[in-house]
Amino acid sequence: MKKPVLGLLLGAVLGAFDGLTALATPEVASQIVGIVIGSTLKGLIVGALVGWYAYRVQSLSKGLLVGLVVAAFFAFLVAAMPQPDGRHYWVEIMLPGSIVGLIVGYATQKFGEGRSIPAR
Amino acid sequence: MTWLSNDLVERLRDVASRPELASDRYVILRPIGRGGMGSVYAARDEQLGREVAIKVSNAAAPTDDLDQRLRQEARVLARLEHPGIVPVHDAGLLEDGRWFYVMKLVRGKTLADHAASLEHEAARLVVFERVAETVAFAHVAGIVHRDLKPSNVMVGQFGEVLVLDWGVARVLARTDRESGADHQPDGLIDGTSGGTRMGTAGFMAPEQAHGDSSNAGPPADVYALGALLFWMWTGSAAPPDLNEVSRSLGAVSPAPSRRLAAIVRKCLSHAPADRYATAAELMDDLARYRQGSSVSAHRETTIERAGRWLVRYQTFVWLVLAYLVMRVAFAFLR
Repeated sequence: MKKPVLGLLLGAVLGAFDGLTALATPEVASQIVGIVIGSTLKGLIVGALVGWYAYRVQSLSKGLLVGLVVAAFFAFLVAAMPQPDGRHYWVEIMLPGSIVGLIVGYATQKFGEGRSIPAR
Repeated sequence: MTWLSNDLVERLRDVASRPELASDRYVILRPIGRGGMGSVYAARDEQLGREVAIKVSNAAAPTDDLDQRLRQEARVLARLEHPGIVPVHDAGLLEDGRWFYVMKLVRGKTLADHAASLEHEAARLVVFERVAETVAFAHVAGIVHRDLKPSNVMVGQFGEVLVLDWGVARVLARTDRESGADHQPDGLIDGTSGGTRMGTAGFMAPEQAHGDSSNAGPPADVYALGALLFWMWTGSAAPPDLNEVSRSLGAVSPAPSRRLAAIVRKCLSHAPADRYATAAELMDDLARYRQGSSVSAHRETTIERAGRWLVRYQTFVWLVLAYLVMRVAFAFLR
């Protein structure tokens, strides 16, 4: 499996799982469908970007960094949207979201089919 | 009457035993070492202005078996062009008709002297893998070393690893594709007759120890490589009993992992068929070991496999755990 595809799949699965954890928060449980769809989309975009980077650059440390930064950025965009109660869940969204980015960054660097170096 | 001092006697003996070279290209500088087959001298190549090493046969007469072995060694070395093998520059006859050959002068320590500085497993395996790689190359070229031991491995000043003393190497016959007949490569002889015992106790394969050196193939070198690996951990020669091998490896601190100990045991198997067939096969298993994969020498239990996976992907495991702990913590802190 190519690294971008792996990133896409992993991002989607982890995003969906991350969205489902909102069930533990009664205040937002009623909007769970929207949260899961949004979180899955976010995971897809992060996974695709991080997977594409892993396809281009083979470096675990850089892959982890890109995963962290990209995921943190998208988590920030989500956390910046105020909830119906007017609150922002910065920590609750950004911290786990960033770790999911690290997981995708690690997995796409370690696994999946990278770019083959063309023979000269 | 004046007695000569021991020092003077030693110097006179040294001067008297120095080989008389027919040409004036090489000037003998000092003796470096003396083995059963030949003596090695540091010399200066006047033509190219560099220091070289010259190995001279210890034979009493040019027709002696030792002289033939030295010639064979020079030819074997000339065939094996590899960074782990000392290159031969020249060969010729002494004034008394004996053979000598000229090779690169290697500056460094033998593994026997260098091993104490190899504290960590990774450093030991780097040196060991270079030895195994050199032997694997020789096997592909149809040559079996038959006398691998710590004093026959040299670690140079810049970390280069060289396998020395190919004097008892065996040249394997090649089978002709068309006729199906076995023949020796040009100018090379098998190197042993039946019933000859060659090698060093503790590093010699059982088939060599039993005097069957003429049938010692690549698995004999694999045995010696296993003995070398055993020695690098324990500092002693390998015992013939595999249970004793396991006990000795388990007793050292830090002990090698089960998978590495299994690789050593497989190399040291009594029957050649139970060992790795060639040094290349051993290297493949070592590479798998270093990558944290399963090795052919050891059948893992499910728990061992899970443990190895956790160690190999510990960063991944820690990240997933951190995520889960965080999620649980947020749920409870609410």
